[in-house]
Order: sequence, then structure tokens, then C-alpha cells
Amino acid sequence: MKHDLILRVIAKYLFPVIALFAFYVLFHGEYGPGGGFQAGVILSVAFIFYALVFGMETTEKVLPLKVLRVLASSGVLTYAGTGVATLLMGGNFLDYGLLLSSKAAGQQLGILIIELSVGITVSAVMLIIFYTFANRRRPWEDHHD
Amino acid sequence: MIDVFISHYNYWIVILLMMAGFYTVINHGNLIKKIAGLNIFQTSVFLLYISIGYVDNGTTPIVAEGFTRYANPLPHVLILTAIVVGVSTTALGLALVVRIKEAYGTIEEDEIQEQDMIP
Amino acid sequence: MIDTMIDIALMAFLAICAIAIIKTHNLFVIIMLFGIFSLHSAALFVVMDAADVAFTEAAVGTGISTVLMLTTLALTKKHREKKPVHRARLPLLVVLITGSALVYGTYDMPSFGDPCSPAQQHIKPRYIENSVAETGAPNVVTAVLASYRGYDTLGEVTVIFTAGIGVMLLIGGRFNGRNNKENR
Repeated sequence: MKHDLILRVIAKYLFPVIALFAFYVLFHGEYGPGGGFQAGVILSVAFIFYALVFGMETTEKVLPLKVLRVLASSGVLTYAGTGVATLLMGGNFLDYGLLLSSKAAGQQLGILIIELSVGITVSAVMLIIFYTFANRRRPWEDHHD
Repeated sequence: MIDVFISHYNYWIVILLMMAGFYTVINHGNLIKKIAGLNIFQTSVFLLYISIGYVDNGTTPIVAEGFTRYANPLPHVLILTAIVVGVSTTALGLALVVRIKEAYGTIEEDEIQEQDMIP
Repeated sequence: MIDTMIDIALMAFLAICAIAIIKTHNLFVIIMLFGIFSLHSAALFVVMDAADVAFTEAAVGTGISTVLMLTTLALTKKHREKKPVHRARLPLLVVLITGSALVYGTYDMPSFGDPCSPAQQHIKPRYIENSVAETGAPNVVTAVLASYRGYDTLGEVTVIFTAGIGVMLLIGGRFNGRNNKENR
């Protein structure tokens, strides 16, 4: 699909729209349907779409696998780290009420951090899985030419 | 009979889908088809949970003025995470299928077993 | 009444898709049918007031699952399933017995949409009443996911992370297995 002009132009315009929608879903998750899991999946779909149109090499220049590995683990670490932080502040594990002076504001901040870390992990893992499958060398093809 | 159907049809469709997935897993030898069958089974379990959380004349559990009856949010949370975990485990299964294809040259169960029989 | 009609129509579509998946032997068709199946189940989740779940199912089941299955198909280079050699009688018998036992079990279940069923009584009223005051999130699903059941979600995220590591370990490196041509 690398030489299809219409597809390339449309993909270029559609990519930011899909990514923006993912962030809308992420930050609007407290008020409407959505949240970290959905946002992560939608963001990874944007990159998969990009990879399908422009090929894996271009996509790996935009977002290398090394970065994805760091992102995937940093999401889980942020999540668990929030829990440990509240533990050190004298509360229970993942008791966000202590993060800020007022309990409700702390809860809102906590939910936002959790959703963000879930979104980062989910999108990074989905992309890692897709990259791994797409980059798998097909051994029987090497012998044909 | 018709009353029982109206009040229990959700369970029956769930069981039908569950058995369709189960049959695909135990009867077919192709590994990709087995994974599709497992996914159907999984979706039927999702439907079971969501239909248990459903309330007549209720609404989506987003608190707003003018609504008092909401569906149960707890099954929604469990299934929401289960769907994303499900796709990750499916990906793991598919990765195993790719490795099996590379090692045995086939993804049919009986052909793999035949190859294992030869010492 | 109209809700019941829509429900039954969508569920019938789901059943047709599932049976078509069993009947078809072309793997590409099976994967496409599975995408349609996921989309129908997402529609059914919307009808059952589970907007968040429908959202996830539409993005995951129809998008990512289908793409992953298609890449696997491209890697395995096999587009047609071999027909099963053995008779289908024994699996069919097992499935029928299990299915009828489960149907017998549903007679004790509460009826569909019953507001007095045990599932609606236990912890739901507390979540609905207190979530806005305690967490400031009108979407109760998000409040339960991130705050009330934070442990649970931490576990789920770890499972997803582990699955990603597993896929990388299984097929991430260079191919070093037996070659397809050497096999023959």
C-alpha cells in the first residue's frame, strides 16, 4: 500500500484525529464513557494504521521498539509507585485521598494518574505485540530468491 | 413457556455461544480456529456478566440528574479489564501458534502429533 | 418490548456468526466473521447499558484482535483448515450434554433485567450513591475501576504487561528453529 497516493494523504490527516480522540477518551473518562484501557487501545490503533499504510520501517523511525519497552514498564511502575507513595504518606496502598490536601481533589488526581499509567502501558504493550508479529521474519521466504 | 423465554433468553443465547466455542475447540484441529473458538467462549462469558448487571428501564452508570435507575457498574469494570487482558492472552496464544508453525511446519493438531510420534 | 426485540435480533446475529465460524473452513473468512461477531457483541453491550464495555469491545475485538489474527495468518501461510478426520459425534454429544445441564441450571437464575435480583442489591447502591462525593467522577465505572478496585486494575495491568513480555520472548528474537524446507 506504499504507493497509493489517496491512502497516504488520508492516513496523514486521519492519524492526528485518531490520536486526539484517544487523548479525549483518556481525559474525559471521568465524565463520559472511556478511560485508560480504551484510550490506550485507540492510540495504538492509530500507530497500527500508520504502520499498515507507510510500512514498518517508517513507523519504527517514528516510535522505536526500545521506547515502547521503556513506556510499557514505566506505566506499571507509575501505577505501583502511586500506591507506594500513598503508603509512605501514612495511608493505605492506593489511597489517593492523601495525595493532596483535600480528599476529593486527591482522589481526582489519583484517578487521573492511574488512568494515564494504564493508558501508557496498554498502548505500549499493544504496539509491542503488533511490532513483534509484523517484524517476524518469514524463514521460508529467504530461500525463494 | 413464553414467559420463561422472555425472562431467560439472555442465558440461553450465552449458553448457545459458549457451546459453539467449546465445540470449535474440541472438534477442530486447526490452531487458529481453536483460538477463534476460545474467543467466542470468552465473549459469551462477557455477555453473561453484562446481562446480569442489566436493569429494566435503567441507564448507563454515569450519574446525572433526572436518572435514578442505573445498571450495575461492577460487572462492567470486571469485563472492561477482562476484554483487554483477553486480547493480550490471545496475542500470546497466536505467538505460540507462530512458533509451532516454525518448528513443525504445520498448524494442524493431528500432523503435529504425527511428527511427535516419530522418534 | 422494543428493547427485547433488538436484543433478540442482535443475539440471533451473534448465534448465526458463531455457527458460520464453525461451518467455514477458510481461515480468512473465519477471522472476518470473528470481527463481525465482536462488532455485534459491542452493539449488544450498548443495548444492555454498558457503554464503556461496548467501547472497549469495539476497539479491541474488532480492531486489534482482527489485525493480530491476520498477521498470524500471514506468518503461518495457511488459508484453509484441514477438515477433521474423526467423526464429530462424540464432541457433539459432550457439547449437547453440557449445554442442556447449563440450560437446566438457568431455571434457578433471576430473570433478565430484574431490579430485585441479588446482583443488584449488594454493593451497587453504595457505589452509585457515594462515587460522586468520594471520588468526584460521575462515571461510576471509572470510579470503581481506578479508585474502589485499584488493586484489581493493578493486577490486570501487570497481566497485560506480562503478556507483552511473553510475546517478545516467544517470537521477538531471530528465527532459529528448524527450517520449513529442511523438514521435507
